[in-house]
Amino acid sequence: MNYRMIKHTLGWLLIFEAAFFLLPMLTAVIYAEWDALFAFLISALICLGIGWLCVLKKPEKTTIYAREGFVIVSLSWILLSLFGALPFMFCGTTANFVDALFETASGFTTTGSSIFREVESLPKAILMWRSFTHWIGGMGVLVFIMAFLPLGGGQNMHIMRAESPGPEVSKLVPKVKQTALILYSIYFALTVIQTVTLLISGMSFFEAINTAFATAGTGGFGIRNDSFASFSAVQQIIVTIFMLVFSINFNSYYLALRLKFKDAFNAEVRAFLLIVTAAIAIVTINIHQSYGSVGEALRHAAFSVSSLISTTGFATENFDLWPALSKTVLVLVMFIGACAGSTGGGMKVSRILIIFKGFIREIYTLIHPKQVKKISIDKRPVDREVVRSVNAYLACYILVFAISLLLITLDNRDLVTNFTAVAATINNIGPGLSEVGPAANFADFSIFSKLVLTFNMIAGRLELFPMLILFSPATWKKK
Amino acid sequence: MNIIIVGCGKVGATLAAELNNGGNNVTVVDQDAAKVKAIANKLDIMGVIGNGASRTTQKEAGVDETDLLIAVTGNDELNLLSCLVAKKSSNCRTIARLKNPEYNMDAPYFKNELGLAMVINPELAAAKEIARIINFPSAIKIDTFAKGRVELLTFKIPEGSRLAGMSVKDVSMKLKTGVTFCTIERDDDAYIANGNFVFAERDVVSIIASANNAKDFFAKIDYKIQPIKDALIVGGGAITYYLLGLLEKSGISCTVIEKNASRCDELAAEFEKATVINADPSDEDVLKEEGITRAASFVALTGLDEENILLSLFAKKSGSRKVITKINRIDFDDIVSHLDLDSIVYPKNITADIIVSYVRAMNNAGSSNIETLYNLNKGKVEAAEFTVLEGSPIVGKPLMELSFKPGVLIAAIQRGRAQITPRGQDVIEPGDSVVIVTKDLTLNDITDILR
Repeated sequence: MNYRMIKHTLGWLLIFEAAFFLLPMLTAVIYAEWDALFAFLISALICLGIGWLCVLKKPEKTTIYAREGFVIVSLSWILLSLFGALPFMFCGTTANFVDALFETASGFTTTGSSIFREVESLPKAILMWRSFTHWIGGMGVLVFIMAFLPLGGGQNMHIMRAESPGPEVSKLVPKVKQTALILYSIYFALTVIQTVTLLISGMSFFEAINTAFATAGTGGFGIRNDSFASFSAVQQIIVTIFMLVFSINFNSYYLALRLKFKDAFNAEVRAFLLIVTAAIAIVTINIHQSYGSVGEALRHAAFSVSSLISTTGFATENFDLWPALSKTVLVLVMFIGACAGSTGGGMKVSRILIIFKGFIREIYTLIHPKQVKKISIDKRPVDREVVRSVNAYLACYILVFAISLLLITLDNRDLVTNFTAVAATINNIGPGLSEVGPAANFADFSIFSKLVLTFNMIAGRLELFPMLILFSPATWKKK
Repeated sequence: MNIIIVGCGKVGATLAAELNNGGNNVTVVDQDAAKVKAIANKLDIMGVIGNGASRTTQKEAGVDETDLLIAVTGNDELNLLSCLVAKKSSNCRTIARLKNPEYNMDAPYFKNELGLAMVINPELAAAKEIARIINFPSAIKIDTFAKGRVELLTFKIPEGSRLAGMSVKDVSMKLKTGVTFCTIERDDDAYIANGNFVFAERDVVSIIASANNAKDFFAKIDYKIQPIKDALIVGGGAITYYLLGLLEKSGISCTVIEKNASRCDELAAEFEKATVINADPSDEDVLKEEGITRAASFVALTGLDEENILLSLFAKKSGSRKVITKINRIDFDDIVSHLDLDSIVYPKNITADIIVSYVRAMNNAGSSNIETLYNLNKGKVEAAEFTVLEGSPIVGKPLMELSFKPGVLIAAIQRGRAQITPRGQDVIEPGDSVVIVTKDLTLNDITDILR
């Protein structure tokens, strides 16, 4: 284990985090929130100081292996959340550190579950920081750092693989660094487009940029107490579209820009759009009677489905009050999640595809025991190794889910609340149903439950294994 | 630069590593998924699984934006086809590896008529290097510049040599030989020679000298090996084929031991003067019978690296004067260099050096052309030859007035037929071939050596 290199990378991470604090600081200056400015300044100095100490000495050996890659990524996300929580404490907006940690982890992992009962009274700088954490976390912090820092050669791939969502990570161009730059350029461009669109629709600049950050990262922290209900219909439609845009694999946009439309519109994207359309149709039919027109029902259905499948977590309506069928559909799409290689969470459509095709193959093998059948997507056989890892992921997912559910049940809440609370955090969505529904929040959970859910958020964002690796003694064994 | 490498074997992997280090965007293509994955995990490059000659696979590998396609699979026909497809479809430059001697004759045709930028034959290149060493046995490695007119000789200071304890300055003053000391390798470290460096026993030293100066120098330091008149070669592969041809020309009598009977037939038919023995070369008795104890030179060229190393150690112990070992695959440079072996030939590195120098020349649009490039001392030191063009900032000033980066040595200047040993007052002229030896530097253009 190359501890020096881990320390070095984490040091840079903290320096970058200090730089991230600049945006909320700027907000604080604009809105003359001097207390908040001071809180962010102190936090930035702490990060800068510790980060500087860590990078002071360059490690002699810069070689890292897969193991270090995983450890760097999971420790990075933990550190990022721990230090990102400081401004909440210094501002006095949260009662204890666990609340602040929960809120920050929820931000970076683009979950959007909040412990704030209401947000409109919070300083603007804090609101900006919450949205900005979504934007940073959406694409992956280390991928961002890699785009700017020469961390060293092919080893970057280990980090990218550990941080990027999806069963398989492919580079767009031969160099990791350039791949990261391309992805971030697309991300940045789409965010700008959304901000401008929202500005044209009549939103204030502060609201537009916060909404764009929260949508781009598929996060879901709102800046109004009612999330998105009091925004105009046009603005809701814009956000619906962009939530879907950000849950499609970014590689597809790159391919589309290179005019390779056939490759861009691949099986996963097609399946994703099919699922979205079907879910919206079912929910619309199911709820149209309670709304004035089919159009309005469609708008709310589309918004809710897009919000949950993209794992954003905005709400225009309290879908907790909808009929059981709609609620069930919404809970199901929560698990499916976005496409691999997007900013969304969940299990990812490509994994669902592989699992589904594997399931069909199993049935065929029962009928023709000697049949040779390969799982293929886009007419390409899926590597046996990938199928295995997807199955392992599913098993692990269920296990982590079950244990978390058991642990937070100690708080003595009803099953729907607990189940959807775990689902909302592990899939990085935000709101669940019942006591954690869109109109409620996570404030009343015990400290222990909040820690469990915080773990779920980070584990869910990193797709479980990087976090679980930290608990394996083999990782830390001297070799 | 965007480069596609077809074939992830020994040569392909070495090339990918070197070109990637040189800052190029490398994509490798191979049909073997495991090979592609292994190399894509190790290096910051992209891997594509598929047949490198198919247009679809090439497109996937981005052939339309690529500057150069290098086909180095073990299959000549696949290499040629890959190059032709790429050339036709996207008009990139192409380099093909061809090992079949029959195609070797066609190399000019492939270049001129089919538009290949370069045809490379690692086996022939390796055979040429071995032949050079056998022809000049004092050196353990010989690299040539300026179309063979300048030679970079590497030798090991024997125990008890009068060179040990002398500094570079002393040697130049006392021995008055026209050689230029370039690098010294000691305990896995490489140094660029400066005047105060003191030699020690077992140092591996590289010098640049003309053929006559070199002979003079080795005579003065009492380090002379009798000219070699015969060679015992084990293994009858492609390198042996080329080597037999080369050695026959210089009148060296060869004995080849090869296990495969039909291969023996082929060799015997082609080279009438050579003694071809059909036997297992790992049989001690056979080796003794064929005179391993008195062979002037022993060349291990079997397909197995381990066998080559073992047989070479045995030959060295039995009394062969000059032992040459081919190593294809194994990486443990440190261990191998500590074994008591004379010369080691790495075909994959020879090939990589040639292609990398070509790529560097493509990369640079500056005031010079890189002609040849060698990696010395396990890749720690680079020796490069440039042709200096008109208008280069290095032209027209005495060398002592130019300010060079540390670790740079101007080792030789070749002006027409004259070789100049560089001194402070010498001036480089346009059209000169200049050999530069550097440590820790990547040279694309000769101006890279200036501060």
